[in-house]
This record gives sequence, C-alpha cells and structure tokens, in this order.
Amino acid sequence: MTSSLLKTPFSADGASPTDAVSSPAALRRFLHGLPGVDQVGCEARVATLSSRSIKTTSKSLALDLAISMIDLTTLEGQDTAGKVRALCAKAKRPDPEDPTCPRVAAICVYPDMVATARAALGESGVHVASVATAFPAGRSTLAIKLADTRDAVAAGAHEIDMVIDRGAFLSGDYQRVFDEIGAVKEACGEAHLKVILETGELVTYDNVRRASWLCMLAGADFIKTSTGKVQPAATPPVTLIMLEAVRDFRESSGRQVGVKAAGGISTAKDAIKYLVMVNETLGDDWLDPDWFRFGASRLLNDLLMQRTKLTTGRYGGPDYYTLD
Amino acid sequence: MVWRPTLPTKPPRPSRLDVRKTSKLYIGGGFPRSESGRSYAVSDSRGRFLANASRASRKDARDAVVAARKAFAGWSAKTAYNRGQVVYRIAEVLEGRHPQFAAEVERAEGLSSKAASALVDASVDRLVWYAGWADKVAQVVGSTNPVAGPYFDFSIPEPTGVVAIVAPQESSLLGLVSVVAPAVVTGNTCVVMTSYERPLPAIALAEVLATSDVPGGVVNLLTGDPTEVAPWIASHMDVNAIDLSGVSDQQLATDLQVAAADNLKRIMRPDARELDWNADPGTGRLTAFLETKTVWHPIGI
Repeated sequence: MTSSLLKTPFSADGASPTDAVSSPAALRRFLHGLPGVDQVGCEARVATLSSRSIKTTSKSLALDLAISMIDLTTLEGQDTAGKVRALCAKAKRPDPEDPTCPRVAAICVYPDMVATARAALGESGVHVASVATAFPAGRSTLAIKLADTRDAVAAGAHEIDMVIDRGAFLSGDYQRVFDEIGAVKEACGEAHLKVILETGELVTYDNVRRASWLCMLAGADFIKTSTGKVQPAATPPVTLIMLEAVRDFRESSGRQVGVKAAGGISTAKDAIKYLVMVNETLGDDWLDPDWFRFGASRLLNDLLMQRTKLTTGRYGGPDYYTLD
Repeated sequence: MVWRPTLPTKPPRPSRLDVRKTSKLYIGGGFPRSESGRSYAVSDSRGRFLANASRASRKDARDAVVAARKAFAGWSAKTAYNRGQVVYRIAEVLEGRHPQFAAEVERAEGLSSKAASALVDASVDRLVWYAGWADKVAQVVGSTNPVAGPYFDFSIPEPTGVVAIVAPQESSLLGLVSVVAPAVVTGNTCVVMTSYERPLPAIALAEVLATSDVPGGVVNLLTGDPTEVAPWIASHMDVNAIDLSGVSDQQLATDLQVAAADNLKRIMRPDARELDWNADPGTGRLTAFLETKTVWHPIGI
C-alpha cells in the first residue's frame, strides 16, 4: 500500500534531483511535479499501522529504543541554567534506580544554554542540539540567522535545529528557502543540521511532501516536523509523508536523511506507534537514534513509567519521576 | 340478506420491543464498556438472570486511577462547604429516584419491598449525614496547638488523594454509599470496586452521581471481580489509600495489604464479618483518609 502512495517521484517531467536544483524554475517544476499525496490513503495507512499491538518483549525493546531516540527538550522563555543542568542529569541517567535504562540521544535547548548543557553533559555521549535561525518564527534577516547558528556551533552544539522560512515557502519562493538552508548548512560546519518544516503551518499534505524534498535537496541531515510552538505539531500522517520522502530520496540520490517527530507526542503508546511507522516504511536502517528522533519533554516520563511497569509488574505514578 | 362490506380486520398490535439498559462502568464521568469487552451475568437473590454487567479489567482500573488523579486537584480545592452541598445534591437526586432504587435493591438483595425501601431511605439519610460533616470535620479533628514560642500553631486535616475502595459485597446500596460518601466528602477522589454479585444498584447510583454536580472522576465505579482487579489497584503507586471493606477472604486481604505497603498506602482493614450498615457509622471512616498538616505561623515579628 505504501508503494502506491509514492513510488516514482520523478515521473512528472522526468526531472532528477540534480537537475532540480539547477535554477529556481527547475526547482519549482520539480517540486510541483511531485505526485500529490493521497490524503485518504495516507490517513488509512496510519490508522492501520496504529492498530498494531506491541506487547511484552517487543514493547520492552520499543520503550528502550524510544528512550534512546529522545531529544529531551526545554524551549521556554523561563529556562534557567539550573533547569538545563537538571535536564542534563536526567538525560544521562533517565531512571536513576535502573542502570540498564538507556540514555537519551540529545538535549535540545536555546543557543544561550548550549554552553551550560555541554558542561553538564561532559563526555556522557549525549549530544547537545540547539535551535537557531530566530526560532520558532524564523522571521529575521539571513545575517542574523547565520550569526545565531554560528554562535550555537561555537558554544559547542553538535546539532542545529533550524526553521524554514514558511512565508517564503507558502508564497512559492522555493529558491529563497533552498538558499537559506544551504547557507545555514555551511554555517553549521561539522554540526548536524535538522530542518524544521513546521507542518502545522504548511496547510496541505502536498506542501509537506514538497517541503521535505526541498530541505533534503538543500542539504538537510534531518527533517523535523515542528517547533512544538504551533498546533497541530507532529501528527502521524505528516510524519508518514516525511518518512516516505526520506525513503524515496535515498532511493534516488543515495543519501540517507533522518526524521525527527517533535511536539505533541506525550505517551509511550504514541511513541510506539511512530516506531511501527518507521519500521514499516523505512525498516531497520532508520530504527536508530542517528536516524530517527523524538523531540519531546513529557514523553520521557511516560516511557519510564511504562518501563517500570514492565519490570516491576505494578502501575507507577507520576509522583516518582522528576517534573522536568 | 343485507349486504355488508367486509371490514379489514384490525391487525394485532405489535408488542413493544424491549429497551434494555447496557450496564457499563463509570469512569471519569463517562460510561465506558470494559476495555476488555468482557461481561458477566448478574442474577437476583434467587438465581434468576437480571442483566449482564461489565467485567472490569486491570486496564479499566488503571484508567479509573488516572481519572481520579486528574479530578483530585479540582475536587480537593473546592471549599468544604461546597463539597457538602454536592454530596447533599446526590442525596436529593437519589431521593427523586427512590422507587427505582427500591426495586433494584429488592431484586439484588432479595428483600421485601418495605425493607428495600427502608434501605434506600437509610442511604439517602447517610448521604445527608456525611454532607453535613463536610465543613465540620476540620473543627473536630483539627486544632490550634499551644506551643512554647511566638507562633500560631494549628493542625488542619487534608484529603490524602486517590482512595481505592472495595465496596461491601452484601449491602449493595447502603454499604456502597456508606464507604464512598465519607471518602469523597473530605476531598478525596475514589476508585470503587462494587459488589460482585449485586452490582446493579451501583450502576444506577453512577447515573445519580453523573447528574448531581459531582465532577467527573471524583467517583469511579468498576463492576467486576474484585479478586481479579483489587491486586492491581493495591500495588498501584498512584493510589494513596485503600479501603478493604468488601474483602471477605482473609488471605486476599493480607495479600492486598502487603501489596499496598510498597508506597505506604493508608489501609482500612476489613472487618471479620460485614458490618451492620444501619448502625451509627461514627466518624471513623471520615478520618481514615485524612492527613494532618500542622502550620507554624510566626507572630509578633
């Protein structure tokens, strides 16, 4: 069924990704040549995948995998160095009572907290991701966005989460979005670049598919659903469309791109549904913290609670986990 | 011979279709079926089939605890006076459905209609009695304490949180009301496992609760086998207290107390045999699920 949704994205006018970026007109032709998303089919596919029952040992593996894929996030105006340090402690050892519990993939903070997070995480192996480019709106000049990015990288961020210019995208100025991503990618240097589509503002599924391709063509290492500041944030259908886009992109260009679902995923049940989707759409290659991430803050506690339920055989309560 | 027209014969009046009530659970102010899809047959005291009731599973219990926890903040923050009014409202609505409850209790417990009616009266009176206690319990068990220092020092009772209740097995209405009312009137929220063999009055009571200003989740009623579900609730880390009134098996009662000890739940032990619920209840159940907070307030500074 997946294959019927999108098999050959280049059939429209025979363009290939390399031709697509040769000029603004070619880029537009390529993106509009992508086949439209079958909305009903996509949502039905998601509903089918969501009905899978994952229990006992599979559930236990899924919970641990989900924990190891989390970008533990705090992006609030009221963040303090103390809160970031507390979160880092949790990232290194999510369940202090159980040494077998894996650590999370990364901490995601604002640029001014990167140094604090790096110092707190030390050599633990937990990455520091920083949002940049005038997050979350992205309404600033390119010079400021680049400076923002360089600051975060200089402070030690391993990963940069940038937002695309949705205004330019929606008005059809794809080249501008493309160039901006390219410039930020260059400013990132060694750091991994995750590009946030903010699917809640893209209106249609077709736009989500176009934006995914645009970001991948421009050099994104990861494509990410949302900032978490706009509702709806990550939903299973848009994530499925993005998963299919990275699958098809690897098929045509040979380069593998990761996906990060962020915002609104707060229960272990939801997280497992996303993992099922990744497994069924992309397979083992992406079932790894290097290629799939959850951007979340509340999700971790629920995963830990479910994990404890599996090991102790009794239901847990939120009183036994830290708030942040 | 006079010709007469042949009149069409009147068709027999079709008998009306039965409209039977589906007996469901009461969780978070809604009436869901059991997540497990199971049900069990409920008979009257002489073994005649009455209805199928939902047979709650551990996941229904888990959902009920989540609902009760969610409701706790709002319910415990209401003024005691307001909680008293809400419990009084339950009594009012119950009184309005007196004949229905009398019939339910009569069928469930095999009593004469007169005795059943008296039990409903007693249940309504019990609710009114506990409603009155809402804003008085603090005056009885709270205190101002004389201390050797420049402080106002006072102790006030506070609700303990989510209370799990295994309701009495014999007394299906009066017993149920007598264990639920004292727990909620002081500000707790509760998850109740009703009488296994006589769940129908409890299901009818759920409809009363749903229409009498009790916020959803404050009282959650689970029908089904308490020996199956109670261990999950007893070990649940988000339940703060457990009332084992309806557990008659001493071994099970002990096991449940052991399981409940893990997070230091307040426990109300079962009596050797079921209490006479018509007797004066006293204040024991009101204070069983209260904690005492003592505040030292500096003066003269």
